Amino acid sequence: MHAEKQKHDFEPKIVAFVCTWCTYAGADLAGTSRMQYPSNVRVLKFPCTGRIDPVFILRAFQRGADGVLVSGCHPGDCHYMAGNLHARRRFAAFRGLLDFVGVDLNRLQFSWVSAAEGGKWVDVVTELTERIRAMGPMEEFKALETEECWSGALATPELQEAYKAI
Amino acid sequence: MSRIGVFVCHCGENISRTVDVERVAAEIGKLPGVALATDYKYMCSDPGQGLLKKAVAEHKLDGLVVAACSPRMHEKTFRNAAKAAGLNPFLCEMANIREHCSWVHEDREEATAKAIDIVRLMVERVKKDKALQPITVPITKRALVIGGGIAGIQAALDIADCGHQVLLVEREPSIGGHMAQLSETFPTLDCSQCIMTPKMVDVANHPNIKLYTWSEIEHVDGYIGNFQVTIRKKARSVDMDKCTGCGICMAKCPQKNIKSKFDCGLGTRPAIYVPFPQAVPNTPVIDRENCTYFKSGKCGVCAKVCGPGAVDYDQQDELITEPVGAIVVATGFELYSIAEKPKGSSIKGYGEFGHGTIPDVIDGMTFERLASASGPTGGKILRPSDGREPKQVVFVQCVGSRAREKGISYCSKVCCMYTAKHTMLYKHKVHDGQAYVFFMDARTPGKSYDEFWRRAVEEEEAVYIRGMVSRLYQKGDKIVVMGSDVLVGVQVEIEADLVVLATAVQPRQGADSLAQKLGISYDTYNFYSEAHAKLKPVECATAGIYLAGACQGPKDIPDTVSQASAAAAKVMTLFSRDQLEREPIVARVNERNCVACFSCKKVCPYGAVEEKEIRDRQGNLIRVVAYVNPGVCGGCGTCQATCPSKSVELDGYTDEQVMAMIEAL
Ligand SMILES: Cc1cc2nc3c(=O)[nH]c(=O)nc-3n(C[C@H](O)[C@H](O)[C@H](O)COP(=O)(O)OP(=O)(O)OC[C@H]3O[C@@H](n4cnc5c(N)ncnc54)[C@H](O)[C@@H]3O)c2cc1C
Ligand code: SF4
Ligand code: SF4
Repeated sequence: MHAEKQKHDFEPKIVAFVCTWCTYAGADLAGTSRMQYPSNVRVLKFPCTGRIDPVFILRAFQRGADGVLVSGCHPGDCHYMAGNLHARRRFAAFRGLLDFVGVDLNRLQFSWVSAAEGGKWVDVVTELTERIRAMGPMEEFKALETEECWSGALATPELQEAYKAI
Repeated sequence: MSRIGVFVCHCGENISRTVDVERVAAEIGKLPGVALATDYKYMCSDPGQGLLKKAVAEHKLDGLVVAACSPRMHEKTFRNAAKAAGLNPFLCEMANIREHCSWVHEDREEATAKAIDIVRLMVERVKKDKALQPITVPITKRALVIGGGIAGIQAALDIADCGHQVLLVEREPSIGGHMAQLSETFPTLDCSQCIMTPKMVDVANHPNIKLYTWSEIEHVDGYIGNFQVTIRKKARSVDMDKCTGCGICMAKCPQKNIKSKFDCGLGTRPAIYVPFPQAVPNTPVIDRENCTYFKSGKCGVCAKVCGPGAVDYDQQDELITEPVGAIVVATGFELYSIAEKPKGSSIKGYGEFGHGTIPDVIDGMTFERLASASGPTGGKILRPSDGREPKQVVFVQCVGSRAREKGISYCSKVCCMYTAKHTMLYKHKVHDGQAYVFFMDARTPGKSYDEFWRRAVEEEEAVYIRGMVSRLYQKGDKIVVMGSDVLVGVQVEIEADLVVLATAVQPRQGADSLAQKLGISYDTYNFYSEAHAKLKPVECATAGIYLAGACQGPKDIPDTVSQASAAAAKVMTLFSRDQLEREPIVARVNERNCVACFSCKKVCPYGAVEEKEIRDRQGNLIRVVAYVNPGVCGGCGTCQATCPSKSVELDGYTDEQVMAMIEAL
């Protein structure tokens, strides 16, 4: 089992927004079944994908995520009947918006993973991690945030210099 | 500054094998706001929980993070421990470093780094956690049962026997439903009336049951434990308190030839009538459409002959509002009509079977009335057209059911069995007759069901022909049935005296409009949807509303009765408490901010969002805002993600809490 682990130059940060009832439980199942997957993912739990505001995704990108996963119950299986369907509609529109502002849509993945699909969770996370690793770090939004932080009166050339040096 | 306590669990070796728990504790201890970070072998054990409780007091902790297994495993445990230590349970969170970390990663470095991240995110979240109080809702311990078929009767009796008041609302003049129409019932062939009427009488005599017949649901308000239902008591034109049920009015009524719906049009009744002699209540109602007095103002015979003066032509519909805590929906089914092309574009009808124009082509329920000892023929099987005894009877199964091209793809479940029953009843009554059955499959799962079907084939010698009928037409006084026998591969033509179509079981017309009043969901056919096909078969997704009988899907009597008792048990469970306590994960509206677009109302799957009027002291309307009823809210948070003005927040998952975690990424 303890095969020599391959070291990579770039370890992406993946943030997963998941619902409690299906995908979080599916990820738990992957754990109880002792499946293995890359450790790059950080999971944020919500009651339902319906609760996930697109702003969270934008902010995650700004705060260093290189890839984002949104995952919930399969259509028809929502614990709250239809929350995931609202999420699906909302994110369909949101993707269009991201595309428009020039974010590579490969960085944002949606999936349905049920409480019984530990294996699917592993596959989704592994594939996404590998894809993002190949794409490299997501710099655009981080740069934007830097600009935002350093605009205004404090944005003197000296401070910019100092910031770059960090 | 917060004072957060962090407890990192080894879980024996389950976590510590791959995660360096001491290092996690040490790293987390450096975070601002963390007053204590420590590790322990088994946090969930008694000493582990003791450690947590002691630490709360010693370190004056105001928030807890237990880094251990999945919250789905032990969140309750640790929240209870927090509560015992005097802390609000919702200030205690779990960081999942077992299922989501130590069990799925082998590299100790990586797993430890990830564990630190997971705990750090949780620490940031806990800083924004707010104390939440459990929500309690009072419960009105009275139930409403809609529909007085066997399902509604069973549910009402069970709940009433348990000591709770029940309102039973039936839209026909009498309770009984379809079971009261049946002749004998499979698989035992006991007489339906004999087992049904005593139950109907029990309902009428039960001190806890208030019966509303000839009544319908007008409006439903409220939520679990606290519904307000408005019942329309249709004008009966007979005073129920005065009527003695002598029946002289019915005998004297000059209108005698109105087709009886109960007898499927085979028999007739007067304009003032009870649908059948054993009706409960035994109080007649005037069918105003057919009554001479209502049509022309003349007659008035019934009022004149009625001794106690119960007939009241001026009676009006009455609207009665009643509080109830739970609702059982038991509105049953109706049969796919062969006579008219059913409404609704998706269903095509059976023109090839004559659309109900051939009098001796009848449906299964009509055959039940022919076979019933109390039916219009006294139990003799006679043709509707000329009253002769049919010697060749063809039964056709799956008419409408399992016919996707006709618009219905489900199986009606009872037809295989009742057709077998019909062939037996026929043979018992017409010894020299022959029954033929066209069938696709014989589906007989159920206790003693297959044995019953075999009896029909083997002992009663019904000829089963596997295949469908393509056309029926009248030829002289015979009906020619053209079909195919797919097993032998030949075309079959039978000259029948009577044809019985086992037409599909469908929800009641108007089932959808009742569902809309109740706020429950229904499928494409209008059968009501249970909350979970396997694990919540009698609950609606709408809390406090339960389903029983054929309104939820085709079923036979044993299944109907079981489901009705199950629904009653759910109601009794609800009523066993005085107050309903629920997790306080509900949405709240910031009324100052709300712009009253009601986007939240549109997306809420529970119908929890109401429009609330804000008035000044003089009572003038200032504005309208959204209000989330905490008793109804399911806690999904869809409204919050939808609200354009950020005016609604889901407790336990506020933007602040989520953002705190994202900022810590
Ligand atoms: C031809 C035939 C033969 C059958 N033979 C057998 C058999 O031998 N053995 C067996 O086990 N099963 C048999 N069944 C099945 C059996 O009839 C059903 O299982 C049973 O009647 C279902 O009961 P229910 O109470 O759910 O529905 P129903 O009997 O349909 O009762 C529903 C009641 O609700 C009332 N209602 C409807 N809508 C409203 C409303 N909006 N407001 C108020 N009241 C309303 C109706 O008036 C009715 O009284 C047969 C079915 C058919 C069609
Ligand atoms: S969506 Fe927001 S603003 Fe609109 S009605 Fe609901 S709470 Fe008010
Ligand atoms: S949280 Fe979900 S259930 Fe509650 S009011 Fe909002 S949308 Fe409705």
